[in-house]
Amino acid sequence: MGIAKIARRTFLIGAAAVAGGVAVGYYYVQKPYENPLKNDLSEGESTFNPYVKISKDNEITIIAPRAEMGQGIHTTLAALVAEELDVSLEQIKVEHGPGDFAYYNDAMLAEGGPFPFFEEGFVAQTMSGAMRGVSKVLGLQVTGGSSSIKDGYDKMRKAGCAARHLLIAAAAKKLEVPAENLRTANKLVIDPETNRSFTYGELAEDAAQVEPPSDMKLRDPSEWKLLGKSPQRVDIPAKVTGAPIFGIDVELPEMVHATVKMSPRFWAKAKSVNKETALAVPGVRDVVELETTTGSGFGIIADHTWAAFKGAEALEVEWEDASYPADSESMFEKISEALDTPADQALRDDGDVETAFADAPREELLDVEYRVPWLAHACLEPMNATAQWKDGVLDIWAPTQAPTILQMVCASLVEVESKDVRVHTTMLGGGFGRRGEIDFVIYAVELAKRTNGKPVKVTWTREEDTRHDTYRPAAIAKMRARVPTGQMPEAVDMHIAVPSILKSVMARTFPSISPSGPDKILTEGAFDQPYKIDNYRVQGSEADLPIPVGFWRSVGNSCNAWFHESFMDEIAEKAQLDPLEMRLELMKDYPAAIGVVRKVADMSNWGAPMSQGKGKGFAHCLSFGTWVAMVVEVETVDEEIKISNVWAACELGKVLDPQIVKAQIMSSVVFGLSSAMGQAITFENGEVVEGNFYDYDFMRMSQCPQIHVELLESYHKMGGAGEPGMPPTLPALANAIYQAGGTRIRSMPLSDEVSFAV
Amino acid sequence: MKLNINGRLQEIGNDPEMPLLWALRDIAGLKGTKFGCGVAACGACTVHVDGMPTRSCQLAVGDVDGPVTTIEGIGDLANLHAVQKAWIDEQVPQCGYCQSGQIMAAVALLEETPEPSDDDINQAMSNLCRCGTYPRIRAAIIRASSSLKQEA
Repeated sequence: MGIAKIARRTFLIGAAAVAGGVAVGYYYVQKPYENPLKNDLSEGESTFNPYVKISKDNEITIIAPRAEMGQGIHTTLAALVAEELDVSLEQIKVEHGPGDFAYYNDAMLAEGGPFPFFEEGFVAQTMSGAMRGVSKVLGLQVTGGSSSIKDGYDKMRKAGCAARHLLIAAAAKKLEVPAENLRTANKLVIDPETNRSFTYGELAEDAAQVEPPSDMKLRDPSEWKLLGKSPQRVDIPAKVTGAPIFGIDVELPEMVHATVKMSPRFWAKAKSVNKETALAVPGVRDVVELETTTGSGFGIIADHTWAAFKGAEALEVEWEDASYPADSESMFEKISEALDTPADQALRDDGDVETAFADAPREELLDVEYRVPWLAHACLEPMNATAQWKDGVLDIWAPTQAPTILQMVCASLVEVESKDVRVHTTMLGGGFGRRGEIDFVIYAVELAKRTNGKPVKVTWTREEDTRHDTYRPAAIAKMRARVPTGQMPEAVDMHIAVPSILKSVMARTFPSISPSGPDKILTEGAFDQPYKIDNYRVQGSEADLPIPVGFWRSVGNSCNAWFHESFMDEIAEKAQLDPLEMRLELMKDYPAAIGVVRKVADMSNWGAPMSQGKGKGFAHCLSFGTWVAMVVEVETVDEEIKISNVWAACELGKVLDPQIVKAQIMSSVVFGLSSAMGQAITFENGEVVEGNFYDYDFMRMSQCPQIHVELLESYHKMGGAGEPGMPPTLPALANAIYQAGGTRIRSMPLSDEVSFAV
Repeated sequence: MKLNINGRLQEIGNDPEMPLLWALRDIAGLKGTKFGCGVAACGACTVHVDGMPTRSCQLAVGDVDGPVTTIEGIGDLANLHAVQKAWIDEQVPQCGYCQSGQIMAAVALLEETPEPSDDDINQAMSNLCRCGTYPRIRAAIIRASSSLKQEA
């Protein structure tokens, strides 16, 4: 990979931050943020840093400032602090805490540069460091990019270690003994000589006055009691007893309810409206016009959710026509046009692809086209948010992945400073990227301006949620290869055309910032894979379509890994090689990849003879720093496909909670297979056709295969958990169907060509 | 109007056409029963009406013809139902949003079929889980079945 080629480019997010007027100077990058807990302590509570509070009566609260959307993050972040504070998870309370810049995510942008994970040259490293600075200066408290543990691994342990150090220092002073003589256990600081002890709570107030230590010795992993194990998750008791923990469950004094009816055609406005029909519905109080950066429409305010839904149904609106190609086929034509012009980027360009194809004999050529449709996130908890605008302060209760972005954006809606916007993050009934968006909160804030200081909870219907998502974009890949029989491919050339997620997100979130530089999302999952091929090019082109697109679990990898890995299967077949053996040869410079491929071959008994109608498919993808090799097994029963087994071997470098990580991989497998088995968002007349689970379904219990996951920890850098299990599922499934005697399917969802057993 | 919910009479408003789901959530203040789709497709709103698992988003309160049990009525932290306990032991939930409905469906299944086969589980557990916790739901049902048998 040519470093010089990359170094001349501008970098997208860095450039965006500077263009937005944020000076990324050394001073700002070094300066610490204030501890936000200081402003909001209860009587008798002390705080040591943004992550730890201890009360006089010895109640310990750990702040886990990332969205808990099922990935178990509250448990592992709390365990990092608890490990160093020398307490168990039963001895603490875990809270998300306030939205605040102090909780910026240091790791999320670090891998945002146009480099593969394994690239560790000077430019890649410098870029990664600069991106961390940008995260900090922007105060991006965001949960996404499978980055929370990479971000929290050191800082959460240091927070626990520092707090313990201060508690010991306070006890040493009281007991008049050297600090190094003291021990901690069971929320006590103990002098083993005299057996005298103080509870953490008794020491907290004094300890908070002690100067924090400048250097700390963190525990050696061999001493860990919680990390590397799987303690019970802290969020589960509430979740099995129906506790009101989600955004949709928020209940406040004098609260009114609402829903929205936004234009079914993106960016179109209402031509005419008859509010009377809605206002006539019993319980409906008001109908409010909404004009926002994320769309136009109406809010219906009512006494309860049901009345709001009925009101929205009754509201008669005539909407403008779409300003874009109105149906799926013409949209795909638009995407296809982007393939006919020179590519916007080539983040991989090894050897000389053009020459390699110029003299290729016909019989060695493979030339194919693949496509994927738009996809919705379909979080089971529909979009919702609650807002109260009263006495110059805006309070927001929301299941959000991005509290500080909400603070910044919503402050301008009511013309206050960010500090006067308080974001209370609830539990999230699914996120998958959807809840890093601002639309559902903007609408609540706009309606809160119309309720005389009363809080308003805005709940979307499932149909509104499905038809106003920020979709995983459709994409088309044109691929060719030169494949001599019995040999490794001589040349592989991919060109992917797809609408830009980053541009779409930036335009609606920070309209004043125009991003520049190469957007690695266009081709991630394809350009950054651990293969060595003599002539190897991956190009990307942006397709210009205004349908809102956004981060959907595993983002660009979600489709690009399918293009890349299904094509690899085609290449292996043309070369008459075993697809897994061919990968091992192409990956031989990357031991981490070889490790997972060999492991999964072993787990799945790859190569063993299979009976008629059965097939196994293989795929690998490195995404979010985690190397995942996967085998899917299918069987054909009465012309229907049944997915019987999935084996996944994952290299994460370090695993802090094996059960949680395995659950995330299994979850990603179900998420990926669900999309392949039947999901597509389609358009007619400029509107999304699908509306509810009867036409946008996902896998159910009876269809769920056995999923076997093994975790490896040999690579020197840590990988993420929430997303990397998803990308290889699509190609592994499609390859398995082909191997089972089915057809080579080059378009998603696979259900357009085969039936899956229910 | 009042309904017998979790063993006591509770106010549920005056609109007989309001789905039971919204009466439970917005009027009776019982938030454990979840809204997912509004068309009885996902099962997040599953409650028991006269012991039968019922999708409350498609049942008007005027048509409720028996006592209603919600997730809040089957057990709490101090006194967990065997199914809830199995859900903790197997560490089933991820986001947790569907789990009230899953647990209500599982409780009803085990009351009807104390030792369900895999196929019984497939038939009874048609609720959606976007996080894909299905393998652990199955394991928890089997675990609960065996602990209920020991209790009996």
